[in-house]
Amino acid sequence: MSELTRETLTINMGPQHPGTHGLLRLVLELEGETVQRCTPVLGYLHTGIEKEMETRTYLQNVTLVDRIEYVAAYQEEMAFYESVERLLEIDPPPRARYIRILLCELNRIASHLIYLGAAALDLNLSSGFMYAFADRERFLDLSEMVSGQRMMPGYFRPGGVALDLPEEFFPAARAFLDDIPRRVDEYERLLDDNLIWRQRTQGVALLSREDAIALGTTGPVLRGSGVQHDVRKLLPYGGYDEFEFDVPMRPEGDAYARYKVRMEEMRQSRGIALQALERLPSGPVITDNRKIALPPRHELARSMEAVIHQFKLVSEGIHPPAGDAYVATESARGEKGYFVVSDGSNRPVRVHVRAPSFYNLQALPAMVEGRPLGDVVVAIASIDIVLGDVDR
Amino acid sequence: MDQASILDRLRPHVPWGLTTPREERGRAILLATPGVLVEVLQAAHVHLRLDCLVDLTCWDRLPATPRFEVVYLLGQAGGADRLTVKVQVDGDPPHLPTAVAIYPAAAWPEREVYDMFGLIFDGHPDLRRILMPDDWEGHPLRRDFPLTEEAVEFKGHTPKVPSEIIPFFRPHSPSGSGGDPPPVAG
Repeated sequence: MSELTRETLTINMGPQHPGTHGLLRLVLELEGETVQRCTPVLGYLHTGIEKEMETRTYLQNVTLVDRIEYVAAYQEEMAFYESVERLLEIDPPPRARYIRILLCELNRIASHLIYLGAAALDLNLSSGFMYAFADRERFLDLSEMVSGQRMMPGYFRPGGVALDLPEEFFPAARAFLDDIPRRVDEYERLLDDNLIWRQRTQGVALLSREDAIALGTTGPVLRGSGVQHDVRKLLPYGGYDEFEFDVPMRPEGDAYARYKVRMEEMRQSRGIALQALERLPSGPVITDNRKIALPPRHELARSMEAVIHQFKLVSEGIHPPAGDAYVATESARGEKGYFVVSDGSNRPVRVHVRAPSFYNLQALPAMVEGRPLGDVVVAIASIDIVLGDVDR
Repeated sequence: MDQASILDRLRPHVPWGLTTPREERGRAILLATPGVLVEVLQAAHVHLRLDCLVDLTCWDRLPATPRFEVVYLLGQAGGADRLTVKVQVDGDPPHLPTAVAIYPAAAWPEREVYDMFGLIFDGHPDLRRILMPDDWEGHPLRRDFPLTEEAVEFKGHTPKVPSEIIPFFRPHSPSGSGGDPPPVAG
């Protein structure tokens, strides 16, 4: 019998592939069923948001930042305005800080529900997908009550939030949060009791602690690899130091560990949201600095000064002092931060988004090389990328 | 954590005369010259145990010189220490040594900076465009790269540049509005 020749087969996965959760292309070199090399090819969803933001005022830009990490838009707005407020050297009033944290944590639950649904669907557990999305729908309803929008709220403002919470929000948010522990337990039972789910995630998409740190991963990916790292605890921003919560961590570094971390994070987020609801301070929801926030409607009929401020803010916007700012925040996927450079004009000179999905995706080759082809889909789902965040 | 002590702890390990330490809004910032960049990053990694490259980016300072400022944000896994290292660089094309050997996480962001600003990272293992198409001409995030509307085939439509859509304001212009438009490639 002649000598067997070994050669690798190069296949192209994506950009149109349901397992990539967006437009991501992977060039995979296979030997048999084993992935020898994995080269991600990005840019299919590149929209030039960073360039676009240089031509818009700080108030207009809230529309654009929502579209970066579109499943966690409140956290995106939080990150952007934290940096802008650092430039302006202002703090939002207490009620605004609590409303922001409340919405960010509700958004984190919704974002992790999307992860759960999509990851389950990838392994053909379509009932998990249906349940998770039905629950997420309730967050979208809450978002609609608060901001009028289901996915792209545009609700935060420099120095606060646009409007106070409506009355009907409180009972609805409480009912949603009351249901969360029971639902999360149910999903956990549904998946943990499923032999397929356990065998396809335990020991799959392994990322060692050293690799996770060296490759710049953050969020549940880093915490799933045994590093207790959460920006909300380490570098508290926006008032998180007033809340009590735990940072879940798992040492295994596999897809199952990331799933477990996210399930626990949903429970912790519920705890933070409940604390915010219970201790919600009274008072204004936006700063009274008229150079930054619009005057209230009733003043416009009586005060010429208010009309002038309104006109200047709407036509020109705010002028942060020259300099740069970066505030780290913890989004559902990891560290999200906006590096904003101002020259003192009404538009930023440069806005750079520290995108957690971009850095987390960089760890994908380390997770899948030397592993079977079928694990690639599990690995992508366990990173929980948002391609809008990767490509911006 | 007192961020100032980070700069003090770094002081014995780098050629201090070639750097400018600064503290701004609670951040410890070190402005290094391109020649000592690798030394500074190495010292931060080894002596300060800043083992994460949190972010790497660049911005175009046009019309100032040196034109580009590259920003390295270093952090610590499980810790609160942060250090921002900045380096200003000029040239056509500008060159900087790569940080991939110290921080493997720099591989993709350096590709992005190359893609968007045309900065060459010497010694990078795979310096290709990452977000723009391979055959793209120019580097889009440079300030003199014009942002135009894409031409469409509707009758009577003239593509606008955003400076026409939104008037450009300078903070100290006499009327409070108007002023110089952003620089556009000639």
